Amino acid sequence: MTTTTTTTTTTELSATTLLRFATAGSVDDGKSTLVGRLLHDSKSVLADQLEAVERASASRGQDGPDLALLTDGLRAEREQGITIDVAYRYFATPRRRFILADTPGHVQYTRNMVTGASTAELTVILVDARHGVVEQTRRHAAIAALLRVPHVVLAVNKMDLVDYREPVFAAIAEGFTAYASELGIPEVTAIPISALVGDNVVEPSATMDWYGGPTVLEHLETVPVSHDLAHCHARLPVQYVIRPQTAEHPDYRGYAGQIAAGTFRVGEQVTVLPSGRTTRISGIDLLGRPVDVAWTPQSVTLLLEDDLDVSRGDLIVPGEDAPAITQDIEATVCHVADQPLTVGHRVLLKHGTRTVKAIVKDIPSRLTLDDLSLHAHPERLGANDIGRVRIRTAEPLPVDAYADSRRTGSFILIDPADGTTLTAGMAGESFATPEPVKDGADEGGWDF
Amino acid sequence: MTVISPNAATTRETHMTAVATAQEGTDIPYALSHLDALESEAVHIVREVAGEFERPVILFSGGKDSIVMLHLALKAFAPASVPFSLLHVDTGHNFPEVLEYRDRVVAAHGLRLHVASVQDYIDRGVLKERPDGTRNPLQTLPLTEKIQSERFDAVFGGGRRDEEKARAKERVFSLRDAFSQWDPRRQRPELWQLYNGRHAPGEHVRVFPLSNWTELDVWQYIAREDIELPEIYFAHEREVFQRSGMWLTAGEWGGPKEGERVEKRLVRYRTVGDMSCTGAVDSDAVTLEQVIAEIAASRLTERGATRADDKLSEAAMEDRKREGYF
Repeated sequence: MTTTTTTTTTTELSATTLLRFATAGSVDDGKSTLVGRLLHDSKSVLADQLEAVERASASRGQDGPDLALLTDGLRAEREQGITIDVAYRYFATPRRRFILADTPGHVQYTRNMVTGASTAELTVILVDARHGVVEQTRRHAAIAALLRVPHVVLAVNKMDLVDYREPVFAAIAEGFTAYASELGIPEVTAIPISALVGDNVVEPSATMDWYGGPTVLEHLETVPVSHDLAHCHARLPVQYVIRPQTAEHPDYRGYAGQIAAGTFRVGEQVTVLPSGRTTRISGIDLLGRPVDVAWTPQSVTLLLEDDLDVSRGDLIVPGEDAPAITQDIEATVCHVADQPLTVGHRVLLKHGTRTVKAIVKDIPSRLTLDDLSLHAHPERLGANDIGRVRIRTAEPLPVDAYADSRRTGSFILIDPADGTTLTAGMAGESFATPEPVKDGADEGGWDF
Repeated sequence: MTVISPNAATTRETHMTAVATAQEGTDIPYALSHLDALESEAVHIVREVAGEFERPVILFSGGKDSIVMLHLALKAFAPASVPFSLLHVDTGHNFPEVLEYRDRVVAAHGLRLHVASVQDYIDRGVLKERPDGTRNPLQTLPLTEKIQSERFDAVFGGGRRDEEKARAKERVFSLRDAFSQWDPRRQRPELWQLYNGRHAPGEHVRVFPLSNWTELDVWQYIAREDIELPEIYFAHEREVFQRSGMWLTAGEWGGPKEGERVEKRLVRYRTVGDMSCTGAVDSDAVTLEQVIAEIAASRLTERGATRADDKLSEAAMEDRKREGYF
């Protein structure tokens, strides 16, 4: 390779953006095959990996390489032919770098889908063209909606098994899109594919000339990843206070953290929560380089004009845009642990960089994902249950509504005894809320 | 937004077309390049550990991943010093260039280095040399005992999920019991960026800030940040012999054996581990640029190309991880 080519390669790859996405599908929808095909056809599978798959396929008596084997990590999974956990995959094209959270489709593994969706900007939901939208599909759509994944792709797979007929695809796409919009999903892109044959995954299908949209990979490469930050509430959870106390930097005092939402500028007035003290930003260090403005998800160090008492767990916000501080949190949760969550449960709640004691005051309802029906006062939530909870915290917290800010509206509950992560929480209203939102006057009441 | 790259002009142009531009009167794009996004995520992880743990330590082998980890820690706490010490598991089969590099880095940044020595365990008769001479599997015991005796509660590792299938399911915060064992079914779901570092006394958490990086990302980052590496990562002449399809360095550790022919070849290393099982690859790449071009064009993963220990069985890494390996 010449030097010129080398430079071009580096430059192109340096300039790419990053897309985190998740896949979800029922057993036998061909999800592993789709993922294997994306990796294989984007040339992300290297020779030794492919050889290993060919060896394993041959030892199982299969004819060709089984691309699903590329993504089955643990021996337990290979032996049982299932996927038991979120697996992360990495591939790149000249346009974008991808982080794929590959989540299994079994009923009992809702928590894995929730985990994968929590950081995803896009979810690919697979359906089998022969079966259309099934119970599992509705569950996956509901999770994408609850977790507020910005972009949803419906991949209608196994089109080869329905003779590539457009009406089959159109009916499934229409039914799904209608359901998704009921859930509040802003955007659905439906794509007819055959993961096994490779139609519309990376290369356009030669058979389905009636389809004029993008392939799965084209869509992944072009979907917008940056948000309109001007309209986001700026939030910086303080992780660590940097105080060198050296001869060179005797008075340096910086507040380090990753900007969770929005932008911060030098000179801006800010409030430190929960104390409520106000000051101005005197400087921003972007990992050793002073900048005038910084935005999510950059890791920065803020310098403040006044010498306030700021420590880990505090939240720095713009002076005129502070979230309400509360000890009473209402949220939609997904219970992720095997031991149940019960009313009266004493837990730890981690929100941003602060962990506080809390108690589960009420579990007003449990949601059935298949038909979105609500069951009042279930008393407890078991593994993979989704429901509403009311929590009282020992200290006031600045919690945003999850609908406004995924990162500062989310929290986890932890078992104080053994440290288990119990529950994933999203503050504020959702379609799992038992009744129409009242006027907000009843905050803190337990009268439901 | 700055994109530091060897060809800034082209980068800027490509970059600006790829992202949305910002509010009134400014031309600030509110998106990050993938390297900036990965760096920011890793720094967040490193700072979480500083905020939540008492005695963190960085596993430092002198390999490129641990070098990048240390670089990220230096950036995360500047202008203050890194609030962690370093731990090197010394197999006794180290490349001299790497040991020299390690000591130089430790001195330059005023860091504290702990060493867990496999040779000590062999000398004391606690560990036995394996018939194949490889010492990689022997690292687990010295590592876990050092973690216990020093009461480290967070142990940074440079592991990446792209390295190997069993690593693809690893958490960023990975809980280990008092015997350092990893139980895939006991791992906690990781939601949003809310890492759960709770652990019982005697347990510890392995932390992987480079979880989402690929080999190519690591090299591109090294180039962008102009990070110095041990020389063996670049092409050089070396006396090697072939075993199990890999070029191994001839040396006191036990190679070559009868029938293995030593020859001088132009090689470099893609990974740096124990001399007895880390293979060199044929290469004429002497600059970072050339290394990156070579990796981008490679048809083999770095472990496939250079690690004999992973070829033992289909689940070799899974088994070693369960026992407390890196």
